[in-house]
Amino acid sequence: MGARTMQRQDTLATLAPGRVVATEASAAEVYLTLTVADTLCGVPVLAVRDVLTAQAITRIPLAPPEVAGSLNLRGRIVTAVHLRSRLGLAPRPAAEAGMNVVVEREGELYSLLVDAVGDVVPLPPEGRAAKPPTLDPLWREVAADVHRLEDRLVILLDVERALAIGA
Amino acid sequence: MDDLLADFLTETQEGLLSLDAALVRLERAPGDTATLGEVFRVVHTIKGTCGFLGLARLEAVAHAGENLLGRWRDGSLPVTPDGITCILRTIDAIRAIVAGLERTGAEPEGDDRALIAGLDAAAAGKAPEPEHAATRLAVAPAPSTEAPATAVEAAAPAEAPAGVAPQTIRVTVEVLEDLMTLVSELVLTRNQLLQLSRRGGDPAFTAPLQRLSQITSELQEGVMKTRMQPIGNAWAKLPRLVRDLGVELGKKIDLVMRGAETELDRQVLELIRDPLTHMVRNSADHGLETPEIRRAAGKPETGRITLNAFHQGGHIVIEIGDDGRGLDVERIRQKVLAQRLATEAELAAMGERELLRFIFRPGFSTAAAVTAVSGRGVGMDVVKTNMERIGGMIEVASALGRGATFTVKIPLTLAIVSALIVESGTERFAIPQIGVVELVRLGNRAQGENGPRIEHIKDAPVLRLRDRLLPLVGLNRLLALEGEATEEGFVVVSQVGAQLFGLIVDRVFDTEEIVVKPVAPILRHLTLFSGNTILGDGSVIMILDLNGIARAAGLGTEGAEEASPRDASPAWAQAGTDPGSRTALLLFRAGDATPKAVPLGLVARIETVERERIETAGGRPLVQYRGRLMPLVPLDPGWDLSVAPAQQPVLVFGEDERGLGLVVDEILDVADEALSVGPAGARPGFLGSAVLSGKVTEVIDTAWWLAQAGQDWFGADASGARAAGGASARILVVEDSAFFRNLVVPALGAAGYAVSAVPSAEAALALREAGAMFEAVVSDIAMPGMDGLAFAREVRAGGPWRDLPLLALSGNAAPEDVLRGRDAGFSDYVAKYDRDALLRSIALCLTQPLAEAA
Repeated sequence: MGARTMQRQDTLATLAPGRVVATEASAAEVYLTLTVADTLCGVPVLAVRDVLTAQAITRIPLAPPEVAGSLNLRGRIVTAVHLRSRLGLAPRPAAEAGMNVVVEREGELYSLLVDAVGDVVPLPPEGRAAKPPTLDPLWREVAADVHRLEDRLVILLDVERALAIGA
Repeated sequence: MDDLLADFLTETQEGLLSLDAALVRLERAPGDTATLGEVFRVVHTIKGTCGFLGLARLEAVAHAGENLLGRWRDGSLPVTPDGITCILRTIDAIRAIVAGLERTGAEPEGDDRALIAGLDAAAAGKAPEPEHAATRLAVAPAPSTEAPATAVEAAAPAEAPAGVAPQTIRVTVEVLEDLMTLVSELVLTRNQLLQLSRRGGDPAFTAPLQRLSQITSELQEGVMKTRMQPIGNAWAKLPRLVRDLGVELGKKIDLVMRGAETELDRQVLELIRDPLTHMVRNSADHGLETPEIRRAAGKPETGRITLNAFHQGGHIVIEIGDDGRGLDVERIRQKVLAQRLATEAELAAMGERELLRFIFRPGFSTAAAVTAVSGRGVGMDVVKTNMERIGGMIEVASALGRGATFTVKIPLTLAIVSALIVESGTERFAIPQIGVVELVRLGNRAQGENGPRIEHIKDAPVLRLRDRLLPLVGLNRLLALEGEATEEGFVVVSQVGAQLFGLIVDRVFDTEEIVVKPVAPILRHLTLFSGNTILGDGSVIMILDLNGIARAAGLGTEGAEEASPRDASPAWAQAGTDPGSRTALLLFRAGDATPKAVPLGLVARIETVERERIETAGGRPLVQYRGRLMPLVPLDPGWDLSVAPAQQPVLVFGEDERGLGLVVDEILDVADEALSVGPAGARPGFLGSAVLSGKVTEVIDTAWWLAQAGQDWFGADASGARAAGGASARILVVEDSAFFRNLVVPALGAAGYAVSAVPSAEAALALREAGAMFEAVVSDIAMPGMDGLAFAREVRAGGPWRDLPLLALSGNAAPEDVLRGRDAGFSDYVAKYDRDALLRSIALCLTQPLAEAA
């Protein structure tokens, strides 16, 4: 596990050189931001195991539509989930490559397929707001909270619920 | 070091390890023949192998020891403490030599004359001379920290000498698993590097890369080996178990074990240990007879249980056989009937092999008295389940009076299986090799190739494979993949239980050893896959589960509807009777060369009518038959009275006023086969075709021909009913009369229903217990045993069929009968054999909720 954590930090460091601002905030409040269809979302950085560029993905026949397939991450099989499809959004245009945000749930690795990965930022609880009750039910299910940045909102995703597929 | 020698050393170490304790036991209980046998076997094995490997010194020592042990074993000398001491010393000497062998690969120098003389003296019945007790061993000095036992004192048996400790250490499985994962990753990285290098990398890298590649392979092999253990480890306790059982049961039993050195994965070994023990216990308890019975049967008093393990194509096969009484097929048959697991008709259609498989059903035991040890069959379901859980298969063969043999085929390892890589609709899949029987390459007609090709019976693809019609499952279609159903690709002939089927794939690549990994929890509901894996090229691939595929394709697997091995009753048999049951069929020829068939039960008589007696009325042929005029219907539309044979064969249907003569050309044969009618060639008057006696045969629609004669058994025209009929809704017909069963089943089948028929309410309830499901049930009222009314009440009382539409079919359709039927729970009441009414009623029941229909 130690090696894996190192790996993650390496990847993040190379991914966003000099952009890791999360030095002082407690790790639990640090989020990796990502975008899906122009919506800014955040996942707790502690949940993230890896961030990868587009990978070769093997399709899984008969799988739920949100499941993109599986990919090989250094000998481990990772199940990839279209975050757009999970959030009820239109699929990403084929020309755009997208990114993989690899998270762990119950010992299994999953990749959230997103459009782009942003910064690792501290999002302290002061900026939290409850989900508006008018939010799309699908989003209400997957979102944990909303965070108010100066200029825009960040939807904080509940990884656990985002992966509750096919149950 | 020589592989053979290394194996020998490992084995000897293990044997020696157990010897000290065994000798101690022996000393305490000199009469313990099992322990004596065990000791003898170890020493004997060492001696035998030494001779083979040319280890003269070791052989001499072991031989002398074996002599003494042999005398004890055959009872010509008593076991004495002095003797035991001698043997212990021998063991120590053997240990020292083995240690030397391990270090240098050659026997150390040494003088064993004193020891051998002592042993010989003991074997001759003399007390060993104390001055010879010490053995001098000169062992080549070694860098090892473990000092070799150079001089062994005549120690007390309990004192294990500080000889060479076995060269093994305990490592947790997790460590091995982690190593395995790392090695897999290493292999993948190696492969990527090799690919890069092949694409024109720096030539300077070539040599080191090759070295890396080789080391990686060796490392992979080595890590895999760490998980392998000889199957003998799982057998170690059996000799004692069998011996004790023999004493307890008053039987004489020999246990013969072959192939104990066959290696398999540790995890598999653990999982088969208990099932194996159970099967051996079962053989000892129920398979073998008492000495008296064996004598009376002219067999040797001592029964024999044989364990045999060997490798076969990436699997390990273990046979557990006995030369006892064998399984009593008749008893199994009775038990099946008593437990309502199958009907008489189904049983009659079963081969012995299938019948024997019933012992794997839960709660099935043929032992008249279940003894404390085991009931034959008790627990066999557990054995089977355990074997299947690890991807294994179990078969049983038996000859009454000569014994039974269970054959278990399991993968060598759970982690690594040999799999066939196939492609379908641009995706690749792995199929575990264990279920693959053979590969058939389809001939490409377009290129004029003449290989086997897929034929279609309506939409269902089939393949003629030697003498059978193989149902096919298109992987493209099953997995909803893009791509046209191919006509060229390959058919992977697969076996699940007794069911054979073919999987159509586009391409077949290679076989590859794959590491099975479970799929993510969010995909566990996909029963068509047993896992996924990473191939050598780094891509992820899904592993197909043949069991799941067979189920998804509606092919019978082990259970209520196991198909007969020859006439597999595939999913396309829509108009057939219940799968597996045989129907007596009359085969004849009429018009064209294709043989025709009709259920024999429908034919009242086969007559030959003299041509002169055939008359015509209104353009229709008639014959005076049994005092009345019987209409004749020629099956061949081109039949002409003027050219009819002098003796015209006629099949007579029905009785008295409702009789009809079907004019045919020639009676061919009577066949007793499972009738699986495919809709191919269905045209007015014909239900479709089936393969009977190896030939494609058209099955005639009796009702249609009866209608041709104006005989209104079923009401009007079949084609209308056919169109009105639903999809292949499943209908169960409960009817005691074979004659009317044979009428109703084809009629419903012709209307597009999947029909099963049983001869009694009891049999129907047995189907319910077995988990069979239907969309509607049609039942006769007057039946021997449980009648239709009681049956309806039973169905309505609860269980999975409670809410099914239930149609009564009866000759008495007076209003009060109808009322009684409804009270009992019938949804509708149809006068017997009014086919239109029956079809209308079924259609109504299936389209309307029960509450409205009733």
